[in-house]
Amino acid sequence: MAEITTNLLSQLEKCPTGIVGFDEISGGGLPLGRTCLLSGYAGTGKSLFGIEFIVHGIEQFGDHGVFVSFEESPHELATNVASLGFDLKEHQAQGRLKILQVELPNIMVETGEYDLKALFIRLNFAVQAVGAKRVVLDGIENLFSAFSDLSILRTEFRRLVNWLKEQNLTAIITTERGRYELSRHGLEEYIADCVIALDLRIERQLATRRIRIVKYRGSAHGGDEYPFVLDSTGFVVMPITSAGLFYEVSNEKVTSGIESLDELLAGGYYRGSSILVSGTSGTGKSSIAAHMTNASCRDGKRTLYVAMEESPQQIERNMRSIGINLAQWREAGLLLFHATRPTANGLEKHLASITNIITQFKPDVVVIDPISAFDVGVNEETVKLMLIRIVDLFKNKGITVIFNSLTVGGDAEERTSVGLSSLVDVWLLLRNFEFGGERNRALYVCKARGIAHSNQVREFILSDSGIRLENIILDEKGNILTGSARILRETQIVGAETIQKSDIQRRADAIKKKRELLEAQIAIMRAEFEDKELAIEAELERERLRIQATGVALNELANRRNLATIEKPL
Amino acid sequence: MNEFEEDEEIVIWHLCLYIAGRTTKSVDAISNLKKLCEEYLQGRYNIEIIDLLEQPHFAESEQIVATPTLIRKLPEPIRKIIGDLSNKEKVLLGLEIKPIEK
Repeated sequence: MAEITTNLLSQLEKCPTGIVGFDEISGGGLPLGRTCLLSGYAGTGKSLFGIEFIVHGIEQFGDHGVFVSFEESPHELATNVASLGFDLKEHQAQGRLKILQVELPNIMVETGEYDLKALFIRLNFAVQAVGAKRVVLDGIENLFSAFSDLSILRTEFRRLVNWLKEQNLTAIITTERGRYELSRHGLEEYIADCVIALDLRIERQLATRRIRIVKYRGSAHGGDEYPFVLDSTGFVVMPITSAGLFYEVSNEKVTSGIESLDELLAGGYYRGSSILVSGTSGTGKSSIAAHMTNASCRDGKRTLYVAMEESPQQIERNMRSIGINLAQWREAGLLLFHATRPTANGLEKHLASITNIITQFKPDVVVIDPISAFDVGVNEETVKLMLIRIVDLFKNKGITVIFNSLTVGGDAEERTSVGLSSLVDVWLLLRNFEFGGERNRALYVCKARGIAHSNQVREFILSDSGIRLENIILDEKGNILTGSARILRETQIVGAETIQKSDIQRRADAIKKKRELLEAQIAIMRAEFEDKELAIEAELERERLRIQATGVALNELANRRNLATIEKPL
Repeated sequence: MNEFEEDEEIVIWHLCLYIAGRTTKSVDAISNLKKLCEEYLQGRYNIEIIDLLEQPHFAESEQIVATPTLIRKLPEPIRKIIGDLSNKEKVLLGLEIKPIEK
């Protein structure tokens, strides 16, 4: 926090509330050392906001607190928040928390001039006792209705706010909302720094709570109304559109769990991308999600599977039939199923519970099967706004998310239920092809941001060993052939190829034979030549021998003549 | 009527006045209270004055919000009124002191 103030002098120092989502919309929390007015009708969650501010202050930020209740007793308060896991009694026993209950009579007999110093003394006494940094005054309107002299009350209220500021306490004063103004007694005039309004509306029988920062002096803040819910963990303000588009993007690819689909997507999805799988009933949306789940768990990544229509047991059983064992990952703690009925909760409540689980479970991959279940009972615009929020939430956390979307028969296949397609990064379109008395599945990558994806439709085959994508086969007219027609066509092609193949073979054989013949002929000619050569050589030899022999005979004759000459003296 | 007054005389009134420092309001309240007691409860009252700045824990235990606050501890039930006690009628009403017949 110190860094923020040194960097941006105009920025107020903030006191984080620890309330999920609120610190984001308020740019870090409440103004530190200032008083904030929290206004809302009965039952909007004012007290809970206050309690959480105090309890989170103790548990997360080491700030002790004082809670002043003008309505409930400390015991009632402790009981009310025990279900949220807040142990107020323990914090009190450990001297971290002081709860003051200010009991006010219905009619106060006022006999002259008075002030509220006693209240300040009590407050101061409690603040000193625990060394409080945070103070909540819950239900201040009760104080105003107990006294009749409103001018005194106003003066004293102003004094109270000043006193809190002097003590450097970060305070929340909650008040019931008036019919026309934020508080019944115009208290917002006295609170200069921060005013927050809570609201509860009923739309189509579903209660929707909203929070709005009306005023926040010296701080940028989201001016919108943000939905919030009160769930098992407390106050949850919805993920925020104001988070904007400034999240980290990843170049890392993650596998879809289907080898042939990864090929189509040039290696897989980007990590942190959002994937929409749309198709009519029974096109294999859940199977695609299950493959991704299986693959990411195998890589040791945590996966949250939000099942909106089927029970986890049913999903596990069904996926076993295509050779995927999800139970092992669930048992290993890598896979968490969150099964919920779309009609059971309001939209905000759903998304809040998902937000909560994400905060705790910290998954790498989330499957929402199907997202179209959110359509129930709420108008489309609301759904879309919520989805933008949830897509942003996942993006900010770098979570890869698969939304399955059911396209209703008769709708255009390209029409996703809530116009989700423009929000997502990858859109896989599953369709059924009816041809030759069969319905078969096909997959098309409609959109894949930043991925050089194939433009081809693939046949999508679900087998007992999982999903396989096959190149499509076209008939002579260019129609896509699937299923049996495909197999038939493939056989025809293979048959034709066989004939062609044997023809080539035969011609090759003929050439080979010709060559053999030729070579044989060459051999014969060579043999004949060698024969002739031998004959000539033999003749030459004979001739040579004959010449030699003649020479020898002449010599002998000569010799003899010489001898005769010598013997006859001359 | 006589009978009734005799009954009341048995009870000793115990009144606690809680103030926050010696302010004008405190001083006024103390003098108004004393005057009133002398007038209506002579001889059968005692007053305890507690400065909450000195003994802040009383503010909590007695559930005091405004100062000055006067608490009638006895006779029971407890009655609590606030202010500097300048409005005599309201004090009498709040403390349930019967005005004396003229």
